[in-house]
Amino acid sequence: MSILEVRDLTVTFPGDIQAVRGVSYEVSRGEVLGIVGESGSGKSVTSLAVMGLLPQNAEVSGSVMLHGQELVGVDESELTRVRGKSISMIFQDPLSAFTPVYTIGDQIAEAVRVHQKLGKDKAAQRAVELLDLVGIPHPNVRAKAFPHEFSGGMRQRAMIAMAIANDPDLLICDEPTTALDVTIQAQVLEVLKTAQRETGAGIVMITHDLGVIAGMADRVLVMYAGKPVEQGAVDDIYYRPRMPYTMGLLASIPRIDGAEGPLVPIEGTPPSPAALPPGCPFAPRCPMRIDVCEEEEPPLVAIGGGRQVACLRSNEIEYKGLTGEDVFPVPDIPPSEVVRVPRDERATVLELTDLVRHFPLMKGAVFKRRVGTVHAVDGISFDIAEGETLALVGESGCGKTTTLQQIMQLAAPQSGRVVVLGRDSAQLDRSARKALRADLQIVFQDPMAALDPRMPVGDIIAEPLRAHGHTNVKGRVAELLELVGLAPEYAARYPQHFSGGQRQRIGIARALALDPKLLVLDEPVSALDVSIQAGVVNLLEELKNTLGLSYLFVAHDLAVVRHLADRVAVMYLGRIAEIGAVENVYDRPAHPYTQALLSAIPLPDPEMERTRKRILLEGDLPSPADPPSGCRFRTRCPKFARLGEAERQRCVDEEPRVDRLANAVDHGAACHYAEQIEVIPASEDQEEK
Amino acid sequence: MRSKVVLGRLLRNKQARYGCIALILLVALAYIGPFIGAYEWTDKDFRAFLSAPSADHWWGTTSIGQDMYAVTLRGMQKSIIIGLLVALISTALAAVVGAFAGYFGGRIDRLLMWGVDLLLVLPSFLIIAIISPRLKGGSWLWFVVLLAAFAWMITSRVVRSMTLSLREREYVLAAVYMGIPRWKIIFRHILPNLSSLLIIDATLNVSGAVIGEAALSFFGFGIQPPDVSLGTLIAEGSRNATGYPWLFAFPAGLLVVLVLSINLIGDGLRDALDPGSNS
Repeated sequence: MSILEVRDLTVTFPGDIQAVRGVSYEVSRGEVLGIVGESGSGKSVTSLAVMGLLPQNAEVSGSVMLHGQELVGVDESELTRVRGKSISMIFQDPLSAFTPVYTIGDQIAEAVRVHQKLGKDKAAQRAVELLDLVGIPHPNVRAKAFPHEFSGGMRQRAMIAMAIANDPDLLICDEPTTALDVTIQAQVLEVLKTAQRETGAGIVMITHDLGVIAGMADRVLVMYAGKPVEQGAVDDIYYRPRMPYTMGLLASIPRIDGAEGPLVPIEGTPPSPAALPPGCPFAPRCPMRIDVCEEEEPPLVAIGGGRQVACLRSNEIEYKGLTGEDVFPVPDIPPSEVVRVPRDERATVLELTDLVRHFPLMKGAVFKRRVGTVHAVDGISFDIAEGETLALVGESGCGKTTTLQQIMQLAAPQSGRVVVLGRDSAQLDRSARKALRADLQIVFQDPMAALDPRMPVGDIIAEPLRAHGHTNVKGRVAELLELVGLAPEYAARYPQHFSGGQRQRIGIARALALDPKLLVLDEPVSALDVSIQAGVVNLLEELKNTLGLSYLFVAHDLAVVRHLADRVAVMYLGRIAEIGAVENVYDRPAHPYTQALLSAIPLPDPEMERTRKRILLEGDLPSPADPPSGCRFRTRCPKFARLGEAERQRCVDEEPRVDRLANAVDHGAACHYAEQIEVIPASEDQEEK
Repeated sequence: MRSKVVLGRLLRNKQARYGCIALILLVALAYIGPFIGAYEWTDKDFRAFLSAPSADHWWGTTSIGQDMYAVTLRGMQKSIIIGLLVALISTALAAVVGAFAGYFGGRIDRLLMWGVDLLLVLPSFLIIAIISPRLKGGSWLWFVVLLAAFAWMITSRVVRSMTLSLREREYVLAAVYMGIPRWKIIFRHILPNLSSLLIIDATLNVSGAVIGEAALSFFGFGIQPPDVSLGTLIAEGSRNATGYPWLFAFPAGLLVVLVLSINLIGDGLRDALDPGSNS
């Protein structure tokens, strides 16, 4: 029996912007429906329309039936009775979902009292029960805490507690884990599963992360340009996609267990909802399009097995058994010349030795006094050889960004040494520093913020050239634009006329303007959609090989790292936990933190997700202002919990150094009891090799 | 590249075009107009005191028989220059001081903001009263400088706080990492991104300066009788605005047209600089 039945839902915003164009789905009790799609595909608007939360000027038509009761067009008071009682919503950003001036317990109790006749004390008690249910330690104490005293993961748990307070029949989760780190994401997804078991509710899970969907959903709805293009059971969608967009999406994800080689990008960008092409909205990007595709939009038709596809050639795809790799052109990336030389014989482009960066913690308005120290970076060492990519990974707050800043500033560090291209940053004078900047450039995370909105693209790229006194700036700008796959005519346009992926390419062009030797990439693809991301990753790989660059790549997405990096350094709380060649670290992680991190990453593979065992970490990252003594990871370490008393003492007293593991050439871990285990199940194509 | 793109956008902008035409006409009126009129601004017609506009005196006469048309245009010559110069100087000063204080922070910030606060706290009339005897007989440019010196402080505080948020932006960091000197970053990245605020401030300052100049004249500074400016004419005319409206209406009307045309140019410039607008 279905709880929610959505029929032909359309949402139009003023200016004839068709955000949602006919969405139909059903959710039954205990079922998880995953809605996937890139940004702008209308997935969030759909769920807001179901809740009746859209702004007044949005026109909603179609039907939303909850237990046979129509929700579209009913008045606000009716909707209020349903919202929070029968349907609850979990938002992406848990900080803005709580009122900062009331305690968490009060807010959950309020949610209970709005819909149930309950005394104040009973409601408060229920709030504590709910917090306990979502796994918040010491719930009766924490219920009296304010939202800012909770960490991101805890807030999201509290949000889930609030959502299930009235035993709703349906939970709508809008990107519930996107803002969280992977280990916290794994915890929250676990809580969500518990919540579903407790309430037996149906869940609509909206996300762009195909890995999360693979592990959670029973059925999947793929949206593109405001319309579902494919719907079906999760296994069918992942293993037997019938629509080129789904196929491309699945093929474009870099996989943590995946093989080497270029990713499969989907060319172009999603159409603007204000100017949709007349035919199939995906036709302009589809390698399988035929003339008919551009004339008429294919309807969503059932193809048996409870599946629906909106593609004229779906039969053909099924018959020939095509996959994304067959359909989408795989770019050819020339191999690198430099890497043929053994690593030891190559020049070192960057060397960090015991780099330390502490920030003072000040208190007081007039007379500032130091009350503590934030150990942002606390003695890290690594080096990068020519033509190599070293990835620095870790959760937010582990000191990745501070490390980057220390390198980019080219100033003397508080302690330790930074040597760039053989030159110690502490001994640089002004002109030498400027000259060295030409060899060391950076690509930022957010392509919106990294480009001056008031400057035409040509000027943005020309800026470093002019600063370093180049002549023939115009020719070089055109050359750089072409190098990153953009037309030279774009030079006169402003950044806002470009899509996210194109903007990131402009950022890369600017970084390459001075022919740097070392490029620092600060999460260069994390703000991009998967289909766009693949293209940028390929570009980075190609540039590295053709131009002989070295990369310092900072990321939290371990799948992209596996794809792009040669070596990887895992950071935890200002220190390096594990470092080594990518194959070694990913296939045989030795540090318990790396193991947990790798096992927390959801794989876009439903079968594997079901059988995989996760190493779940307890709690959150400790504050870098007060790191634990000895090994910094011991407070959350699953291995520490299993050790005997005598063995534990060593973890408490002695800080582990990064030691090379006995049986590996390039692999070191900072753990007293390092032990290599396999946490990522080998995928099929790996077994074949 | 940027200047070319902005110029192209400015020329295509309708508002800016109308504003420019209006300003050119006003300047032409101020400097060519007196040759057309029958009277000099120094002439006094003793047969017509406070007469209403007529064929002989197009815009009427003043209480001492001056021809309003000649006097108003004479006043406008000064006021256009004073208004534009004061607006440019004070906004530029506000932008530079605010941006430097905000971007460099630390000691420079404290020093500059201390100066700003001091100027805000000290009554400007008092300072002018102290300085004015020494400058008597000096060039009218001093007058412009004094007017500008007391009009920029609040804007500069706003610019400073906006700079504080801009300097953490990644494109500013990117410029630092490119090895671009910091003062260049201020002029290339920070001020263009504040241009909307600065342009609005400058257009408001034009009318402020024209009116403010009248207040200073009261102290025996700047434009002295028998010479006139739009400001002094409006100040005098407003007293008799109901009885003898032409004394007030013509100078005030021209000021409105002047400010309006500057506003149009400012709006056009803002749109040309702002890639977000599509006009």
